Amino acid sequence: MMSADPTAPAAPFARYQLGAAYDEMFAAPQRPRGHYTRLYERLLELPADELERRQTAADQNFLNQGVTFTVYGADEGTERIFPYDLLPRIITSAEWDVIERGLTQRITALNLFLRDIYHDGHILHDGVIPADLVLSCRHYRREMRGIRLVRDAYISIAGTDLVRLPDGRFAVLEDNVRVPSGVSYMLVNRQVSKRVFPNLFDHYNVRPNEQYGQALLATLRALDPQQRPDPRVVLLTPGVYNSAYFEHTFLARQMGIELVEGRDLLVHNNVVYMRTTAGLERVDVIYRRVDDDFIDPLSFRHDSFLGVAGLMHAYRAGNVGLANAIGTGVADDKAVYAYVPRIIRYYTGEDPILENVETFVLADDVQRRHVLDNLESLVVKAVGESGGYGMLIGPHSTAAEREAFRRQIEADPRNYIAQPTLALSQAPCFIDGGIEARHIDLRPYILSGERVVIVPGGLTRVALRRGSLVVNSSQGGGSKDTWILHD
Amino acid sequence: MLSRVADSLYWMSRYLERAEHTARLLDVSLQQLDQRPGDAQRRWERLLAGLQSTVADAEPLAITASLTFDAGRGESIVASISAARENARQVREQISSEMWEQINRLYLHVRSATMASIADEPHGFFRSVKEGAHLFQGICDATMSHGEGWHFIQAGRAIERAGATTRMLEAYVLDRGGMLTQSNDDQAWVCLLKSCTAYEAYCKVYTATIRPERIVEFLVLDAYFPHSMRFAAETVQVATRAIAAATGTAQAGRVDRLAGRLRATLDYGQTDEILADLRGYLATLLQLCVQIDAAIYQTYIAYPADQALSA
Repeated sequence: MMSADPTAPAAPFARYQLGAAYDEMFAAPQRPRGHYTRLYERLLELPADELERRQTAADQNFLNQGVTFTVYGADEGTERIFPYDLLPRIITSAEWDVIERGLTQRITALNLFLRDIYHDGHILHDGVIPADLVLSCRHYRREMRGIRLVRDAYISIAGTDLVRLPDGRFAVLEDNVRVPSGVSYMLVNRQVSKRVFPNLFDHYNVRPNEQYGQALLATLRALDPQQRPDPRVVLLTPGVYNSAYFEHTFLARQMGIELVEGRDLLVHNNVVYMRTTAGLERVDVIYRRVDDDFIDPLSFRHDSFLGVAGLMHAYRAGNVGLANAIGTGVADDKAVYAYVPRIIRYYTGEDPILENVETFVLADDVQRRHVLDNLESLVVKAVGESGGYGMLIGPHSTAAEREAFRRQIEADPRNYIAQPTLALSQAPCFIDGGIEARHIDLRPYILSGERVVIVPGGLTRVALRRGSLVVNSSQGGGSKDTWILHD
Repeated sequence: MLSRVADSLYWMSRYLERAEHTARLLDVSLQQLDQRPGDAQRRWERLLAGLQSTVADAEPLAITASLTFDAGRGESIVASISAARENARQVREQISSEMWEQINRLYLHVRSATMASIADEPHGFFRSVKEGAHLFQGICDATMSHGEGWHFIQAGRAIERAGATTRMLEAYVLDRGGMLTQSNDDQAWVCLLKSCTAYEAYCKVYTATIRPERIVEFLVLDAYFPHSMRFAAETVQVATRAIAAATGTAQAGRVDRLAGRLRATLDYGQTDEILADLRGYLATLLQLCVQIDAAIYQTYIAYPADQALSA
């Protein structure tokens, strides 16, 4: 029943609550921000069961397309649909402009940083970042010392996680510069939301993102060490049991390139070939979705069946390009992250456009003492992990969990950092027949080839459990389409 | 086309054919009525010999359960369909989504069945397996491009079928010490024909008079019947030639020679000569099938890298 009280929230928003976090839609109760007004009005117009019907149609769409991911640890790799929330997240042109400039600055600086630490190490000699912190990174690869890369392209594809702070500014929560995933959901979400809200889509002047496939292919082609006019680019997948296998098939199809596994490739005289029914064909660039550790059993983990024996030799010889380069993981080590603002100033002479989140490096005695005294209010993360694994969220933890983390930290302080518990911004989500607020983040995808290209948008991830701050798909997160508006 | 993809398509097809063959044999054998005591035991022995299988408990229901549901037994229906589906899953983006859905549906169907659930009406279950396989073939023909990959599927099915038919014939001939004589054991010969879905087709050509030498002639040399050896040989040759043309492989000579030899052995075979040494003839056919399979593998899938590099 609709209430007669004009100040009470309209029916679909009856359960919507504003809190300390920044709200993407509302400036104040019942007062939507300008760029959300049309969506708000549309939601009030729609009959009660209409949203439900559209959500069902969207879910069916994902099921039919087989848009799934695999959860590790569950029974022999369960395939699940990545939950999709049908209300779009809208970002204005002015906001996007800051994000775009900030991310371009950041990836440029990180590429200069990687070039430096694998060659002369100026930044280490100048004491901007402690040398032992860099050299002790789990993902630091001595094998990369002195290798010249085409265009000095270390990070070609990045997926940087942004959060919006209570004052409305965006900040970088973490850089993902090894094998970031999720871009296929960004593209599929758009296909679905166009069908779910065709009229709204026409009204809002949304920037397209479907050119991502071409942009990615252009970025990869630029990595051909021989700079031939028509290099052969392939996508290397760990195979059907990998959690992101759907994405690998999706991207290969979008780009029209071959999807290969390690056993399809071989190296002869430092040249990479793929085995086809018509014989061996030379491969020039590999978009590899296999981690460093597993990519070449001769150079890294010798028990890997996913990689290609001798690939590192072909790479060193300049006969094949890899995206991303080997050893980029140093730049998304969570302890190195704390130094990224200094890294940006060092290489570009500019102030960072996007800020970091306050971060305590636990290798530092003073910072560690502070963190151990305040575990219940902080988030602790292992530096080399991703996907929401290896985390302690202080306010939601038990005393036993905190004690276990305390012991792990004291045993290996270099392996951990801590951050304050962030009030991630919240956005309206369709939940149980009504609209409720849930916390979200944003992962835009940055391509760095001949130049830096950021396709407008990104993956907005949603913590679907009420009050939860964890948006990872492996931990009960979902996603929604992200609309970047024209001016 | 990636060698791994070609290999998966070829084996997907072979495994599905294998599942259909096992389902058909069990179905026929369970429905056969016996004239004399001992017939049943001999029939099940021949069935096991035809599948090159052994089951400890030679009791019909135990054999049926084992050959249907024992996932650890390569020739069982469940194992074959699981293997076919696993191969399809590896190349999911290369086959049509309709093909994937059908093979997945068939897989879920056989995985959800149990001996208890099919005991009342085994015929219905085996028919659903056969129809599921036929539907997959129809969908494949209707929705997938008839290019290189499709020809690997055709080649796989024909090679599997040729081998299966030859082994069934061997089982029936060996049973008689290699001699074909007009016996009063007509039912066994009818069982052989039905096991190859050949009974009706045979009757159209030769009438319902059961003559062992005609049955052999029909299953080996008939040019038009899709389960005959000759028909399979022609399919193999057409498919391998199309693959050779698509890949422009210089090494394809060996496959082509063997496929041509198999076809000539059947196209120009004489019934009286074949019957004079049926055992030897069948062994030659089987050996050629094995050689063609190996030659396809060596030419297109697992060729030595140094050889390909020097070519």
